[in-house]
Parts: sequence; structure tokens; C-alpha cells
Amino acid sequence: MTEAAKKETPKGLDQGIEVGASSLTGEKIEGVIKSVLDNETGARLKTYVDTCIHCGLCSEACHYYLSHDNDPRYSPVGKVKQTMWEMLRKKGKVSPEFIKKAAVISHTECNLCKRCAMYCPFGIDIAYIMSVVRRIIHRLGVTPLYIQDTAHSHAVTMNQMWVKGDEWPDTLQWQEEEAQDEIPCLRIPLDKEGADIMYSVIAPEPKFQAQLIYQAAVIMDVAGVNWTMPSGIGWDNSDMAMFTGDNELMGRIKRTHYETASRLKVKRIVMGECGHAFRSVYDMGNRWLGWREPPIPIVHAIDFYYELIKSGKIKIAKKYDQPVTLHDPCNVVRGGGLHEKARYVIRAICEELIEMHPNREHNYCCAAGGGVINCGPPYKMTRVHGNKIKAEQLFAAKAKGAKTLVTPCHNCHSGLEDIVHHYEVGLGLKFISDILYEVMEKP
Amino acid sequence: MIDGKAWDWETGQKKIPMSDWRGRFGWVEEPYVSLDGEKVAAIVNTGEEAFNVCVNGDTWERDFDKIWHLRFLPDGCLTALVSDLGEWTVAVDGSPWQNMFGYVWNPLYSRNNGHMAVAVQQDMRYCMALDGKAWNETYANITYFALSGCGTKTAGAVQVVDADSGEIHKFKQGTFSAALQGKAWDTTFVNVWNLTISPDGEHLAAEVRQSLYDYTIAVDGQTWDRVYTCVWEPVFHPTKHHVVAPVRKGGYWMLAQDGEILWDRPFVQLWHQMFSPDGDRIAAVVAPGYGRWTVAIDGLPWKQSFKDMVTDAVFSPNGKRVGALAKEDRSWYVVLDGVPWSNTFDMAWQPVFSPDGEHVAAKIEKNGKFAVALDDHLGPHICDAAWDPIFSPEGDKILLRFIEDNTYYRRVVPVGEFAR
Amino acid sequence: MHELYGLLTGPLAWAAFFVFIGGSLYRLATMLILVHKKEKFIFTYMSWKYSFRSIFHWIIPFATTNWKKHPVLTIVTFAFHICLFLTPLFLLAHIVLWDEAWHISWWSLPDSLADMMTLVVVGACVFYLIRRISLPEVQYVTSASDYVILLIVAAPFVTGFIAYHQWLNYPLFLNLHILSGEIMLVAIPFTRLSHMIFSPFTRAYMGSEFGAVRHAKDW
Repeated sequence: MTEAAKKETPKGLDQGIEVGASSLTGEKIEGVIKSVLDNETGARLKTYVDTCIHCGLCSEACHYYLSHDNDPRYSPVGKVKQTMWEMLRKKGKVSPEFIKKAAVISHTECNLCKRCAMYCPFGIDIAYIMSVVRRIIHRLGVTPLYIQDTAHSHAVTMNQMWVKGDEWPDTLQWQEEEAQDEIPCLRIPLDKEGADIMYSVIAPEPKFQAQLIYQAAVIMDVAGVNWTMPSGIGWDNSDMAMFTGDNELMGRIKRTHYETASRLKVKRIVMGECGHAFRSVYDMGNRWLGWREPPIPIVHAIDFYYELIKSGKIKIAKKYDQPVTLHDPCNVVRGGGLHEKARYVIRAICEELIEMHPNREHNYCCAAGGGVINCGPPYKMTRVHGNKIKAEQLFAAKAKGAKTLVTPCHNCHSGLEDIVHHYEVGLGLKFISDILYEVMEKP
Repeated sequence: MIDGKAWDWETGQKKIPMSDWRGRFGWVEEPYVSLDGEKVAAIVNTGEEAFNVCVNGDTWERDFDKIWHLRFLPDGCLTALVSDLGEWTVAVDGSPWQNMFGYVWNPLYSRNNGHMAVAVQQDMRYCMALDGKAWNETYANITYFALSGCGTKTAGAVQVVDADSGEIHKFKQGTFSAALQGKAWDTTFVNVWNLTISPDGEHLAAEVRQSLYDYTIAVDGQTWDRVYTCVWEPVFHPTKHHVVAPVRKGGYWMLAQDGEILWDRPFVQLWHQMFSPDGDRIAAVVAPGYGRWTVAIDGLPWKQSFKDMVTDAVFSPNGKRVGALAKEDRSWYVVLDGVPWSNTFDMAWQPVFSPDGEHVAAKIEKNGKFAVALDDHLGPHICDAAWDPIFSPEGDKILLRFIEDNTYYRRVVPVGEFAR
Repeated sequence: MHELYGLLTGPLAWAAFFVFIGGSLYRLATMLILVHKKEKFIFTYMSWKYSFRSIFHWIIPFATTNWKKHPVLTIVTFAFHICLFLTPLFLLAHIVLWDEAWHISWWSLPDSLADMMTLVVVGACVFYLIRRISLPEVQYVTSASDYVILLIVAAPFVTGFIAYHQWLNYPLFLNLHILSGEIMLVAIPFTRLSHMIFSPFTRAYMGSEFGAVRHAKDW
């Protein structure tokens, strides 16, 4: 093995892991692992493990591996070796210390971005295997504190930021009032049954980034969309329970979201620029509930902007004049194929798009997704050091002239902010809606 | 069942012009219509931060700083959430409740009379208010809400132990409970969801999570003997003191009654269970296989299933028939006793049965216009907006409420002449 | 030695083919039954179009990003697998055996070409061995079984090569060749050589998920 870079596993910092692990016994660990493996997994896990020929070809897919100078412990299969293989080999007889390590690896050193699935010749879904590890960690009660707290917020409020029942409609009404200063008749129609579209967001928007709701309202208003937002639960499309392995809670959150839309009799749900939420409503949560596909079509913001611009419902007054580069978020590009539509939108609203490389399905993950950023400050440097390769990729785009980095995903946005800041990349960060709002024709 | 005996069931039409509304106000929001069809109303903007409600062309006596969530109660009263000088309350026919609050939201309306409840925030403490009167007790948070069918009791999922965000271990000890009329149960749970009050208003049931993993149903604070990997909303029997709820075991859903399995046939999904009015039968929306949806009655699913979803299941008043909506791709179907109508729609609303269950009508949308369909026949009244059709108490007539060309119409049509 | 030859080409050959075919079918069937029992949803996402789209990309050299990233490995891997399959199937000496036993025969490779292909397989095994030892990301996930598998695959070709050229003790190496070939057949369903059986399915599933659900490429 090479002289591997030291892993900066934060020891004892995470009270979710530490306190959770302090009550673990060998018996309990074995019981939970067996229960998950026997009752909750099937042909996929077994076939993946039996088929993997340990070739290491997935390694270069992983930004953690590349950023840690090819340290094999960060390769996708290396992470499986340190977690699932060991659990299988020892038939669940692993120590609490092992579980703590598995919690850190599965929750903070893998973004479940599925890039490795594109590099494995057999298409082995390592992100799925890491999700099973997270499920075991959840069942053992050793989930990192910050993301566990987020899951608790989901469980209580059905949103991820402890936004209380009154705070949500109050915020919408506040943003409506603000926006009426700009467009006097603008409305954020609440609970309008029979609207064409329900617009849903993630909780950081009302909590910290209310201007995004404002911008969305302006875009909807100018485009003449018949839309609504729910005043009660079901407005938040995010789902950190999907990433903590609390599948039951994931399903509950998705059910709430879809049934809110169903009750409002909308034909489609349009969601803001979020990646993981898209994955949860489009691909993961629906499946746990038995919906083969989303029961009500879910349209990601990229797709929606594409539609508005292409149909001429939104016209561009003057294109954004700084050269931009586009970060393709895993969950909407590798997970939803929206890369060409994103480029159509960017080219329609910006003078110049400078591609970063690799891009589209092959883009490097932001290292914040998959719930990693939600594990909170203790792991900030895990993400930042684990994504040096992203900084290099951004520097290269900047060298070609890019000034602004467009990231149509919340987690990517926050994660890349940290990377841009730490490595002093010197790019400004924007959502598509920031630019679209700025450059569109308004009355 | 709404008692429409006193309504005007004379065959014929009434019109309320709305074309001048737009000129009179800054803007006019989406209209609402009373159940008896006699009134049409909308929130209107009357100036900067000044709102009113226009009912049949007349405004309420006074403006408010903000008005939202306008709805008619079954008894015909018109309600809305209103704010005045930074405080919030409910206005009924233009008169605000005496009590003002920090905020009110999540209005609940009684099914067949004039009661109304809201969630209340006052000084960052939370409770509910019914017909203007708030609970005596307030809580650190309130999340799920219920109003009894009779409209006289309220309940909420309330946080009884303070825990800050981030206190995950304290949270896992259980900080939530359920409160009926403000009185919380003695027991606490990690979570309390989807409360329901018994028909007599005396009992309260809810989904609870006892740890992060153990779900069950609690009735008046007492949990069922068994725990499950998940549960969905409980429902009370209309006359007996039984509670039924979907429970998840071994990756499948079954229906349980008072903790015992009632339907042992496992489903991929099972929810929205409901009793027939006499309580003899139970229907529920189920997925008999992955990605297939239908309705099961007393555990037996309809033969035909649908790809996307099934919603809005409902028993006929005599309990003999079941209607529902089903969706496949972009088309909605009205399904009766397992058989879909031949017409498909862009959107459909819950089917409405005649009192004897012989006829079924539903509001539908097609190509951007609305209409009412009766027994698989599309009515001639294609319009810009429509409300659910209502059968006369004898079932021989149908009340249509719709807007076309900025005019509101109230039309009573004999069932036999509907399609003409 | 002759008795041993009789045993190896008689009952043991029967047994080896029986275990190989029966075992493969058994593994395949248990996998499908397991999907049916516990992950039935997988069937609903399988798409012929996207299964083959994915499989075709991955069975064509340099048609995927990762093949392009590793040109030497790609060439070796494709050459190895092609030779691994074709050499035993089209070797004249093998066909003669089929002809003797069952009176069936088919086109055969020229011996010199078969010889070269055998060397390709053996050379590739050496390449894999070196790769396993020298590349940290491969070494890190390597266990003893990986070397054993490599040995199982290399052995019939090495012994066959020696036997063909009648080096050393011909009867011994002939028997060793037959035995190692039978060991390999038996090992396929029950070791990670079973990727021969499973990889089309894992690839097809990932291809279907990426193509039909995620509208993205998986190569």
C-alpha cells in the first residue's frame, strides 16, 4: 500500500456517533446487521458483492480518491472493503469502533453521487452499497449528529430546517409583499386548488434565502403561469432521511409532498434548484412508497426554465455579460439527464458558457451532496480536502476566462462556496434563477 | 352528508355577473362558491396593503391589511384568515373573531355545520382556536391538527418537552404528545402524526413513533400492544370504539384494527382506509403490486389496477358503492366499483354519489375548460371554472355551480335532462 | 497415468460440465428468484433497449470513458477474454475429442494461432498479477482468493501449452491440463469468476436505470 495521506477523521467531535456508539454491544451490532442484510437486501447486494472482481477500475471515478493523491482507502471499492465486505465477512460480528468508522466513511467520504457506477465495467452500484451501510448505521443509532437532527426536523415539521407551521406562510406573504414593490399585482397564490403547477422548495429557502422564493414568484408571474404553493406541510421537497437510511421517514416525507400536490389538484410539481430533493421525489422516495414513477410529474427548475425560455414565456432583455462555467449537479444530470437543457438555458441567458472538464454525466461531484454537507461543521474539511480535484477543475475553467460559477443545486452551491473560498478559486457563485431574474424582461 | 333540504331546488338558473369586479378592484383572486350555490366570493385588492372580500358584488364592511384562505363553511358562512395591524385572526362574513393572534394558519372546517378551527401562534407559543376561542394551554410547537367531524373538538400534535434543534438524544427520549382540546396526553413520543378524533368527540388517536424505529397507534395516549416498522393514519369506526390503521410488517402493508391484523393480505402500499357510513365495510387505496394501484374493499382489491395513482376514494351514502379517481400517464379516470368510465380527463375531482347511489357525478377538466360529468356523460356546461356537483336530497336533480364569461351560474337540472 | 486420463476425460469431465452448467443455471435461478422475492421492483425498470445500449458500449473496446482512460488494460482485457473463450472452443485437439465422443465437429483454429492465443491468456494473467501487486488501488482490495482465481484461470492454459509442446512430462501435463480445465469450469459458478454469469445482468440493470429512469449515459 502506498504511503497514504493521513485521514482527518474527526475523533470524538460528533456526538451523534459517539453517544450512539457508547450504547452498542456486539450482540446488538450483529443483530442489526443481520436483520438489515437478511430482511432488507436481496439480489442486488448479493450479486454486486459476488460479481466484483476487485479490479479497482472504479477508483478514478471518485473525487475523494483523486483529491487524496490516489489513496486507495478513498476509492469506491476501498470504501466498500472497509465497510460492507467486513460486515459480510465477519457475519456482523464487528466492533463499535468499526461501526464508528463505517459511519464516518459512509456518511462523510461518499456522496452517493454514482459516478463510480459509470466506471465499473459491470455497473455495480456502489452508492447503493453505501446506502445499505448507512441504513445499518441508522438502525444502530450512530448517524452523525447534524444530519440526524435534520432528519428529526423532517420528522416533526416535514421540512428540513425546523421551519414552524406559521413561519412558512408568513415568509411567503412577506416575499409576496416585497415582490409587490417591484410588480404591484404579483401574487404567491396559496392553496389554489386546480392550479397547473405546485411550486415546492427546500427549507433553506424560507429560512435563509427567501430571495429565491421572491425570484421564483417573479419568474412565475412574468411567465403567466397558473401556479400555487401550499400553506401547510408538503411544501418542502427535500429529504435528508433518504441519506440517513431512515427509509420509513423518507417515504413519509415524500407521501406528504405528493399528497399535498394531489390535494391541490395540480398537474405538475415544479421544484427549485435542488439536486438531492429531485432524487428523492423523482427516484428514491416514490419507490419506497410503491410508485414506479412520480405519480405527479416532477419538473426540476432547469427543465422548467428551459420550457419557459423555449416557449417564449420568458424573454431575455440583456444577457448576463460575464463568462460563466456550469457545474452539472449529479442528481439532476447523472440522475435526471438535464445537462443539455441546462446548457440551453445558460446559453439563452448568458453571453458565454465556458465548459469545465469533465462535464455532463462525468462532472465531478461537489462533495457536499449525498448528505455530506448536512453532517455539519465537523466534516467541513473532509469535504473540502476531499475535493481538491474540483478546485483544480474550477481553476482550469477560470483560466479559460470563466468569472461566474453556475450551480443549479443547493448542496452543490454551498459545497462549492466552501471549495471556492478555501482554495481561493475566485469565482462568483450563482443559481440559474439569480441570473434569469436579473436578465429577463420584466414589466 | 350536507343537508340541502332548505335550498332552492327549483329547476332553473340564477346568474351573478362578475364582469365589473376586475375594474372595481386592484385585482381579484380566485373565486369561491357557497355549497348552496347562492353566493360567489373572492378576495379583492382595494389598495396598497388593503384587501376586502367581494360577495355577490358587495364587499365586506371593512378592509383588512391582508386576507387569505377564503372558504365557505357548509352552513354558508364565508370565512377567511385576516390581518389587522400586524395581528391575525379569522373573519366570518366580514366580522373578525374577537381574539387576535400572532399568526393563524391551517384552517379546518367542520363537515356539515358552521364550526371552524385554526392553528394559532401567540408570543411564539402554539395552540389551536375553535370558533374564536383558543386553548387554555400553549405549547412550544404544534404540528398536526384535527377537528372532529361534529366540529366541536380540536386536537394537535404538540411539543411538551422543550428540546432545541441539535439535541438529538433528548429528542429521541420523546418530546411530543397529542392534545385534545388543549389537554396533552401524559405519554410522550418521538413523533406524533396524523391525529383523528372519534365521531363522538371523546377520543383521540394518532400515529406515534416510540423510538426512531418503532411505530404504532396510540389511542388516548395508550399505544397498541404491537409495534410496526411503519404505520399510516388511524381511522375510528363510525359507531363502535374501534380504530383501524395500515401497518407495515416485513416490507408489506396490512390493515390492523386495535393492534390485531384485520386484512392479512399484504400490499405493497395501503392507505386512505375509510369505513362505509354504516361502518360495515372498509375501503382503502392499495397497491397490490409494485407500481399498480387500485381500491380494496374488505381486503379484496378491484381486478383492474392503474399505473400512477388512485385517490379520492369514497363510499356512496348507502355504503353499497365505491368511487375513486385513477391516473395513468396524464389521464385521469373516474372509477366506480372497479370499472373506469370510458371518458378520460386532464383532471378529475372526487366522485359525488346521489343519495341512493344510482348516479355519480364529478367535476372534471379537459383542454383547460371545466365541466361536470354524470354517469360517464359529459355535461353541456363547459366553463371557465366549476365546483363539485351536488345532488338534491331526493336525488332527482343536480346543482351545478360554474363560471363562464365572467358570469357565475347556479343551475338546477333534473338528472334525466342533464346531458341534453 | 492412463487410468487417470480415463477418469479425467470420463466421469470427471461429465461432473465438471454438469457442475458448470447446472451450477450456473442454479446461480442464475437463485438470483432471479431472489429478485422476485425481495426486489421485484427491479423487473419493472428493466429495459431491453437500454440494457443493450449499455452492454454494447461496454463490450466494445474504447467505447467507454473508463476503457479510454486505461488503454493498455483495455487491450489486455479484451484480448484476454476473447482468447479465453475462443481458444478452448476452437482448439483442434478439443474438437477431436468431441468428434471421437459424439461425432460432432466444427471449424478449428490453426494450431499456431491457438498457441499465440494461449500465450495471450497467460500473458494477460501475468499482467493482472503484476497489476494486482503493483497498483495500490488494486492491491488494497485484493485478497488471497483473487490470486487463487487468477491461478485457476491461468492453469489450464499454462499446462495446455506445455502439454501441446510436449515439454517435460507430457502425460502428466496433459492430465494436469484436463484437471485444471475442469477445476475452472467448476469454479465459474461458485467463485467471483461468476461475473461471467452475472455481469450481463448487473450491466443491463444499471443500463436500464441510467437510460430509462435517469436519461443519462452510463459509460
